[in-house]
Amino acid sequence: MKISKSAVALVALGLVAPFVLYPVFVMKVLCFALFACAFNLLLGYVGLLSFGHAAFLGTGGYITGYMMMEAGLTPELGILCGTGAAAALGAVYGKLAVKREGIYFAMVTLALAQLAFFVYLQAPFTGGEDGMQGVPRGHLFGLIDLSDNMNMYYFVFAIFLFGFWVVNRTIHSPFGQILKAIRENEPRAISLGYNVNDYKWAAFVISSALAGLAGSTKTLVFQLASLTDAHWHMSGEVVLMTLLGGMGTIFGPIVGAGAVVTIQNYLSGGELGNYIHIIMGLIFVICVLAFRSGIVGEFQKFMKKNFS
Amino acid sequence: MKPMKKSLLTAAVATAFAVSGAQAAGISDDKVKIGVLADMGGVYSDICGKGCVTAVEMAVEDFGGTVLGKPIEIVSADDQNKADIGSAKVREWVESEGVDAVNGLVASSVTGAVTKVLTDNKKIALISTSASHAFTTKACSPYNAHWTYNVVALANGTVKPMLDAGKKKWFFITADYAFGHALEKVATGVINSNGGEVVGAVRAPLGTTDFSSYVLQAQSSGADVVALANAGADFVNSLKTAAEFGLTETADVAGLLVFTHNAKALDPNIAGGMKLTTGFYWDMDDETRAWSKRFKERHGTIPAMGQAGAYSMTMHYLNAIKEAGTDDADAVMAVMKKNKPNDFFARNAELRADGRMVHDMYQVRIKKADERSNEDDIFAIEQVIPGDVAFGPMMDQCNFTAKK
Repeated sequence: MKISKSAVALVALGLVAPFVLYPVFVMKVLCFALFACAFNLLLGYVGLLSFGHAAFLGTGGYITGYMMMEAGLTPELGILCGTGAAAALGAVYGKLAVKREGIYFAMVTLALAQLAFFVYLQAPFTGGEDGMQGVPRGHLFGLIDLSDNMNMYYFVFAIFLFGFWVVNRTIHSPFGQILKAIRENEPRAISLGYNVNDYKWAAFVISSALAGLAGSTKTLVFQLASLTDAHWHMSGEVVLMTLLGGMGTIFGPIVGAGAVVTIQNYLSGGELGNYIHIIMGLIFVICVLAFRSGIVGEFQKFMKKNFS
Repeated sequence: MKPMKKSLLTAAVATAFAVSGAQAAGISDDKVKIGVLADMGGVYSDICGKGCVTAVEMAVEDFGGTVLGKPIEIVSADDQNKADIGSAKVREWVESEGVDAVNGLVASSVTGAVTKVLTDNKKIALISTSASHAFTTKACSPYNAHWTYNVVALANGTVKPMLDAGKKKWFFITADYAFGHALEKVATGVINSNGGEVVGAVRAPLGTTDFSSYVLQAQSSGADVVALANAGADFVNSLKTAAEFGLTETADVAGLLVFTHNAKALDPNIAGGMKLTTGFYWDMDDETRAWSKRFKERHGTIPAMGQAGAYSMTMHYLNAIKEAGTDDADAVMAVMKKNKPNDFFARNAELRADGRMVHDMYQVRIKKADERSNEDDIFAIEQVIPGDVAFGPMMDQCNFTAKK
C-alpha cells in the first residue's frame, strides 16, 4: 500500500520535473537512478557487492552508440542492442563471479570489469579516451524526434519507470523471496534445496541488463559514450549512491542517485570545484559512520518509530 | 528571420560596418556571456584551469568590460576531464543561461563532445588547449576556432628541423591510447615524407612508471632520435629513465608534447638540451614579457601557452563582436576569419576558413642549469616555425568560407 502511494508520487514528480528543472539534468538523474536501482537489486536484495557494474553501464552505452552511428538503427533498437549486449556480458561475468563470495566476489567482478575497460580503451570503434561522440538521438519508432529535449525526457522517464517496475517486480516475486533468503542465510537456502548459484546468477544477469539499459539511455541523452562510464570510479560511484540513499530499500537508490548527481552538478560550477573528490569522500564517511541505512532507510525507521 | 540573418552575414563580411543591419540584430539577451570550461582540479589544471579563467578575465577587463554598450559576463565550470559532465554543463549554459561562446577546453574528449553541442546550438567554441587536430579536420565545424597548437604543429615543429639537421632514424616511445597513437601517426607521416625513417616503436600503457625495457629497446635500435609521443607524468618518467640509461648521451630525445610547467618541474640536468615545440613562450620579447608579468601577478605562475591563447582569442572574439555589431555566431565568426589576429600571442596569424588559427610556432631548447638566470627561465628559442609550415594545408571539406 505504502509502495503504491509512493510510486504514484514518484510518477507525478517525474511528469512535472522537466517544467521545473533543467530537463537534461533530470534525465541524467534518471539514468543514474536506474543504474543504482539495478545495482541495489544485487547488493540490497541478494547481498552481493559487485564492484564491476561500470562494465555493464559502459557496454550498454558503447553498443548503443555504435549501433546507432554505424548501423543507423532507431533509438529503441539501439537501446535494445545495448541492453542485450550488457545482459550477455553479465551472463558470462556472473557465471564466473557467483562461484565466489564476499570480498572475492567483489574482486572478481572488479577484475572482469577492468578487462572490459581495457578493451574499450584500445578497441578502435570506441575512440579510446576521446570517446564515441556525436551519437544521433534519432527518431523514436522512426516518428518522434528525440532531439527535442521534452520528447527525449518523457522517453527516458518511460524507460526509467520500466526498469524500476522490473526491479520492483523481481523483488516482490517468489524469485525475489528466495534471493532475500539467500541474503539472510545462504547455507539454509542451500539446505532447503535451492540451487543458490543459479539464483544469484539470474539476479546478476537482470541487474547487468538494467545497468546496460541505463548506459544505453545515457548515451542517447548526452549523445556520447565515454570511458568514464566503464571506469572503476563509476563502479564506486554507484556504491556511494546506493549506500547514501539506502541499500535494500526500493526508493533509496533513486534518492541517492539524485543526491550524488546534484552534488556533482552543483560543485562543478562553484568555487568548491577543486574539492569535489574530498567532499564526496567525506559524505561517504559520514554516511557509513552516522546513518548506515541511508537517507530512505533512516527516514523509514523514523516514520516507524514515531508514527506507527 | 532566416533571410535577414543571411543578408546580415553578407553585409558583415562585405562592408564590416553594416551599422543599420547590425543594430537590427544586436546583442542577444542584452549581454555577451563567455563560458570557460576546463579541468580545474585534475591533471590538466596547470595547463589551462583557473589560469584560463584569469586570462579571459584579463581580456574582458582590457577590452573595457562592455561591448556595444552591453556587459560582458564570464562563467566558469570544472569539466573534471569527463566528456559527459562537460557537455551537460555546456548544454545547460547555451540552452538556459544564454552563453554565447565557450573558451578553455582542454581534454580532447571533452572538447569533442562540447563542440558538437555548440555547433548544434550555433554557438562558438574557442579551443585553447586541446591537442587533437580533429576539430579542424574530420570533426570540423564552422563554429570552431582552434587556437594555440595541435598535434600536427607539434610534429612538424619538432620533427622537421631535426630531420633537416640530418637526424634521419627515428624511434617512438608512444603512450598506448588514442592521443599517443595520433601523435605517432602524424609524426611518422612527417618523417616519411621528409626522407627520414622510423626504425621502431614501442607502446607503453598510460601511467607506466618503469620505462626501462622501452628505453633499452630504443637504445638498441640505433636510432638518431627517440621521440616521446606521450604527455604529463608519462613524459617525465620516460625522460628520466632515458637519462638514467644514458640514452640522452647517445641519441637525441625529443618530447612531442611538453608544457612549460612539465619542463619547469624537470631537473635541468636531465631535461637540459632537449628540443620541443611550443605555441608561446613568456620570455620571447617585450610584449610577451609585459603580458606574462601581469598574468603572473594575478595568477602566481608564468602563463602556459593555452592560457596566453585563451586571452588572445577572447580579445579577437570581442573585437569581432564589436565590428560585426552583433553576437550572432555566424556574423562574428565571419569577422574573426576575415580579420587577422595580431597581439603578443598571435604573430603572423590568421584564423583559417577551417577554424584553425595559424600562427608562428617556436622550436625551443630546454636550458641547462648553468644557463638559467631564474626559476622561470626555462627555454631558449632556437627557431621560429612559420604557421603554414607548422600547421600544414587545410582540408577541402572544412573550408567553410568557400561553401557559402
